[in-house]
Amino acid sequence: MAKKINRSVRRKSAAKGTKIMIGMGTCGLGAGAKGVLESINEGLKKQKLSVDIVPIGCIGLCTQEVLVDVIIPGRTRVTYKNVGQDLVPQILEEHVRDGNVVKKHALSQMHYGDNSCTPYKDLPFFDELEVNKSQLKYVTGNCGIIDPDSIDEYIAQGGYLALKKVISTMTPEQVVNEVSKSGLRGRGGGGFSAGWKWGSTAKYDSAEKYIICNADEGDPGAFMDRSLLEGDPHAVLEGMIIAGYAIKASAGYLYVRAEYPLAVKRLRHTIAEAEKRNFLGENILQSGYNFHLAVKEGAGAFVCGESTALQFSIEGKRGMPRTRPPQSVEAGLWDKPTCLNNVETFANVPLILNRGASWFSSIGTENSKGTKIFSLTGKIKQAGLVEVPMGTTIRDIVFSMGGGIQKRKRFKAVQIGGPSGGCIPESLLDSPVDFESLKQAGAMMGSGSFVVVDETTCMVDMARFFLDFCAKESCGKCPPCRIGTTLMLEILNRITNGEGEEKDLDLLEQMCDEVRTMSLCGLGQSAPNPVKSTIRYFRDEYISHIRDKVCPTATCVALHRYEIVPDKCTKCLLCVKNCPVEAITGSRQEEVFLHKDKCIKCNLCYEKCNFMAIK
Amino acid sequence: MNTTNDQNEEIDFSKAEAILDEYEGVHGALIPVLQKIQGAYGYLQEPVINLVAERMNMSASEIVGVATFYAQFHLKPRGVHIIKVCCGTACHVKGAPNIVGKFSEVLDVPVGSTTEDKLFTLEEVACIGACSLAPVAMIDEDVHGKLGPDNVPSIVEEVK
Ligand SMILES: Cc1cc2nc3c(=O)[nH]c(=O)nc-3n(C[C@H](O)[C@H](O)[C@H](O)COP(=O)(O)O)c2cc1C
Ligand code: FES
Repeated sequence: MAKKINRSVRRKSAAKGTKIMIGMGTCGLGAGAKGVLESINEGLKKQKLSVDIVPIGCIGLCTQEVLVDVIIPGRTRVTYKNVGQDLVPQILEEHVRDGNVVKKHALSQMHYGDNSCTPYKDLPFFDELEVNKSQLKYVTGNCGIIDPDSIDEYIAQGGYLALKKVISTMTPEQVVNEVSKSGLRGRGGGGFSAGWKWGSTAKYDSAEKYIICNADEGDPGAFMDRSLLEGDPHAVLEGMIIAGYAIKASAGYLYVRAEYPLAVKRLRHTIAEAEKRNFLGENILQSGYNFHLAVKEGAGAFVCGESTALQFSIEGKRGMPRTRPPQSVEAGLWDKPTCLNNVETFANVPLILNRGASWFSSIGTENSKGTKIFSLTGKIKQAGLVEVPMGTTIRDIVFSMGGGIQKRKRFKAVQIGGPSGGCIPESLLDSPVDFESLKQAGAMMGSGSFVVVDETTCMVDMARFFLDFCAKESCGKCPPCRIGTTLMLEILNRITNGEGEEKDLDLLEQMCDEVRTMSLCGLGQSAPNPVKSTIRYFRDEYISHIRDKVCPTATCVALHRYEIVPDKCTKCLLCVKNCPVEAITGSRQEEVFLHKDKCIKCNLCYEKCNFMAIK
Repeated sequence: MNTTNDQNEEIDFSKAEAILDEYEGVHGALIPVLQKIQGAYGYLQEPVINLVAERMNMSASEIVGVATFYAQFHLKPRGVHIIKVCCGTACHVKGAPNIVGKFSEVLDVPVGSTTEDKLFTLEEVACIGACSLAPVAMIDEDVHGKLGPDNVPSIVEEVK
């Protein structure tokens, strides 16, 4: 829809060059970008202004969506934050028409194209913002900057240069060597060497070989891959085409999560554009290399992120992992040699080939090279995407880039790596993020989700949440995972219901080891991680649930005692007003009191209280 | 073969036939075929599954096996509007359980079922990738972010 409007506006366009760009990734849309776009169109019509409107992807500052950028020819590009429909007329009048920035709502400015445009006074540059200072935006460099639907804009940023270079000057072996030398490790979880994987697939001789891009992004709480696919889809495609050349593949698939309809739509368009320019298809750039790509939509199963399950799913079967060997590099999709990598892994490839392996390996740590994108969410002030060099400390990410904890609460932990990962407590905030350090700390790079929790989050409930997820998503093929996770969940349910026993902790720890060692695939093998790491760092919380039948954060409803905590109560009387059975009394002058004999434990007072004053 | 579904409505097979024609001979096409058929009919009904089985030379049980494996496929009719409340990690720690509870209360149906007037189906989903706006719900194609239990009733009204 946005595109259509775009064109109709362009036709009327008289004064060329003024542009309005609007963040229309999933996060922008969720924040109300559609309405803002409508207001912009209406306003432009009313004011008879002719302007190009370009929908763009996510620039990473999701909390500040809807983001609207304005470019006036000759001036820097200005980004407005938290734009609501009411703000649109002011921006249109003062900035678009009269050329004055609406300072109060402007976030930052940036150069575009060459650096010749005139900056505005007293407005920080995008790179100078606190959140961006220690970031290195290479892989996400185009996201939220270029029009993702325009192949020309990607090319203008140096897009497809790497492919041209590879095809015209390098042999497939040289490409594999370059990627090996760079030290690029898979960004989808395990951190497997990409060069090694490519090299192994290349070794097998077969007329049919496949490249698969894993865009299943099953980790609930992660959206890096979505942002890349929505914000800079050509980069992922270019990476795949280069990989295809390196292993002599005949075709490739992008397996995209069912919940990402926008990414799917965008990829289909991207593929068609790339084919038109002969970057994809038959005889690519007159080199004799043929490579075709297709999008496969997932159908809603977490386990399909596992590589063998994903391949079965593409084949139209139930997505159940199989035992290995044979490895996919030998016999993967349709039993043919297959090289499967994550979205972010592929997006790194053009950078490596453009700038060289030694440039890439100069970023990061000894064993983890390059940058990593994290999706920063939870009880954090500034949620969004960050891209940092490997080895950045967790503290930096949470406090400098995320701005710290919301509502003046205390940091408690950050869950890294989703259901396969673990919690990192405050004492380990200074650990660097790289594959090895995270593993040592009991977490896992996983996909790169960073869910920050504060003192009001119950860690036992967190563990229960993840186990519940894994138990539901277990494909059921192997008993240790199917039954083990269910039994562990039962224990955790008991504990959070106040029926835990002393021996439960030992039992849980023992089951963690059993499920980890005996499960068939990564789902079961890593499902115990959240439980293990919370027991390791937050044993006290478990004990207080089990021994004292108290949930220290008052999260576990069954353990609520329904008492007022006088220190925290502000006498706002919200609970008094909301109690359906008049079990709470009090006034501005008197103490608030909860009469247990009348209480029906409906939990309404707890939900209404803004001060955690009911336990 | 049956030509009425469980609500005794006549089924028009022509849409399914057209989809099957499109994928004739394509390797591993079952999932996209089922996706398109569900898109056209709203859910996978038995007579249509039988038709797919016949045309793709598979057993109906194999197809039902695939359909029940994936959360996306539905064997029962669903409501006009689908409300998917995100219960991913980011949304969970930001209070998703209360949001689900509120939707369930407002619509007067448990999670996973459809209102009597067939207007709404309430479902849980594990992350729609808008985690920074948590807690989030997706109603049909629209993402609603930064929800609180208090704005649930008005959202439901708006969609009606
Ligand atoms: C249960 C399970 C779910 C997974 N989900 C994903 C996923 O959503 N995205 C992804 O890239 N990798 C996922 N993986 C990891 C893949 O199996 C595989 O290791 C990875 O995609 C390989 O790509 P890479 O080497 O580029 O990291 C998952 C693994 C398991 C066991
Ligand atoms: S966890 Fe709810 S959108 Fe990701």
